Amino acid sequence: MAKKAKRQNIIYHIATFILGIIMIYPLLWMISSSFKENADIFTTMGTLIPPKFTVENYIEGWKGFGNVSFATFFKNSFIVAGIGTIGTVISSAIVAYGFARIPFKGKDLWFTAMMITLMLPFQVQIIPQYIMFNTLNWINTFYPLIVPKFFGSAFFIFLIIQFIRGLPLELDESAEIDGAGRIGIFWWIILPLIKPALITASLFSFYWTWDDFLGPLLYLNQATLYTVSLALKNFADPTTITNWGAVFAMSVLSLMPVLLIFIFFQKYLTEGIATTGMKG
Amino acid sequence: MNKRERYNNVMGYLFISPWLIGFFIFTLFPIIASFILAFTRYDVLSPPRWIGIDNWFRLLEDTRYHNSLKATFYYVFTAVPLRLIFALLVAMLLKPSTRLAGLYRGIYYLPSLIGGSVAVAVVWRQVFGSEGLINFILGMMGIKGLNWLGNPSTAIWTLIILAVWQFGSPMLIFLAGLKQIPDSLYEAASIDGAKGWDQFIKITLPMLSPVILFNLIMQIINGFMVFTQAYIITSGGPLDTTLFYSLYLYQKAFQSFEMGYASAMAWVLLMIIAFFTALAFKSSRFWVYYESEEGK
Repeated sequence: MAKKAKRQNIIYHIATFILGIIMIYPLLWMISSSFKENADIFTTMGTLIPPKFTVENYIEGWKGFGNVSFATFFKNSFIVAGIGTIGTVISSAIVAYGFARIPFKGKDLWFTAMMITLMLPFQVQIIPQYIMFNTLNWINTFYPLIVPKFFGSAFFIFLIIQFIRGLPLELDESAEIDGAGRIGIFWWIILPLIKPALITASLFSFYWTWDDFLGPLLYLNQATLYTVSLALKNFADPTTITNWGAVFAMSVLSLMPVLLIFIFFQKYLTEGIATTGMKG
Repeated sequence: MNKRERYNNVMGYLFISPWLIGFFIFTLFPIIASFILAFTRYDVLSPPRWIGIDNWFRLLEDTRYHNSLKATFYYVFTAVPLRLIFALLVAMLLKPSTRLAGLYRGIYYLPSLIGGSVAVAVVWRQVFGSEGLINFILGMMGIKGLNWLGNPSTAIWTLIILAVWQFGSPMLIFLAGLKQIPDSLYEAASIDGAKGWDQFIKITLPMLSPVILFNLIMQIINGFMVFTQAYIITSGGPLDTTLFYSLYLYQKAFQSFEMGYASAMAWVLLMIIAFFTALAFKSSRFWVYYESEEGK
């Protein structure tokens, strides 16, 4: 019996592992192609091991296009995703505390409104938003991508609310008896305790902003302002593309921040999705 | 109203004020504005002109719009069920808590993590290109490949496969749901002689049905909003077979600057999504099992 269970166990692991490799094969193929010489990429598609290992694609690709290198695109992406993430996490935490702990008039109404916005298609908002930002002369600036983030994001507010609800109410109450006000309780008691939720929210926010394509497509029309995702799209323009190796190399680089976050903080991401049922 | 209540009201609104202000500026006002715009002709350069319900009539006659509806429905109603089935199968596979469970979860989630990126879209175009990876593999097996992206009957499937490949998030949610099902139910069923398939139909599916409902609604909403992949991989072609709703709306609003017409489209989309969300909720009482009802 034990022997049979052990064999079943081994079969399970082998099958799960092989299927897993098939699942991530496109990614592996992309990485391996980025290290192949251009002439080899399409003739040796069947093998993951480059016949002649080269980093030339990375050097060529990094030069970018139109005299703008990928250094600029990465800098832009880090600015937008970095500032946006800070703004969204701080504002979401403040709002979450209000919803989770303070009884006030009209709370249920606003909370319901917020939950409905989670299901709202972005299409009904982008046209007036575009007109608004256009009127403000914000086209070709990072403002349309960053400023709205400072008003909290329903997803993260909800995530943090759920987390705060798990904290014992006695903490707030005893602080109140000691004479602390709401702001004091939030700052001294709640904020230090919700760090895990803030980390999860930061990771998701950074990852989604980094990946965002439509926002930069609408608001950034100058190559010097392009984020990585928009730059990559133009870099890989099917009508002019000649250097596939460079495209693969820059594609891999563009995924690196997200992959690194995933490798180091996997637990925060997968548990965040499982507990809040976040999008995908 | 006593002092404490007043204090809480002030503080409550103070704390939620960032969201509340943002809600009015970036959500509520745009929604109302786009509804009004839907009755105008507006090209950004000159002021909007009231044209009544012309835009809405135009939707009825616009064949490209009908193509985009067809493509979107086809996509949503194949990609969403396939993705959910796949997500559930993988969740079942990954349910046993072995020492490698964390690693497996990571590997199987990876496609979702990167699948929405421009990088993968660009690579996907290559994978399914005439001289791409798929045709290369078929060629090794002696099968002549197709021009997947140029063929009106296969192009949409390259996007559906990409969508199904990103099964990670619903899979993790299913996995969390599966772990909630008490082992005692399965043990009792085994004693009664119920085998794997019976257990799946009679225990797993009912116990999981609230999670299935949740995933279904979220995936339908997401499915209707898909944009980036179609924009990059097929640009709506060939013959509008992948002209998804968001893509056509984008073209109308931001390429030909028919903002009024595009706003009408946006509102129709809002109603379509509201309809299917409501439908899923309404139908749920026939197929979603809530444990608490048992006690009544």
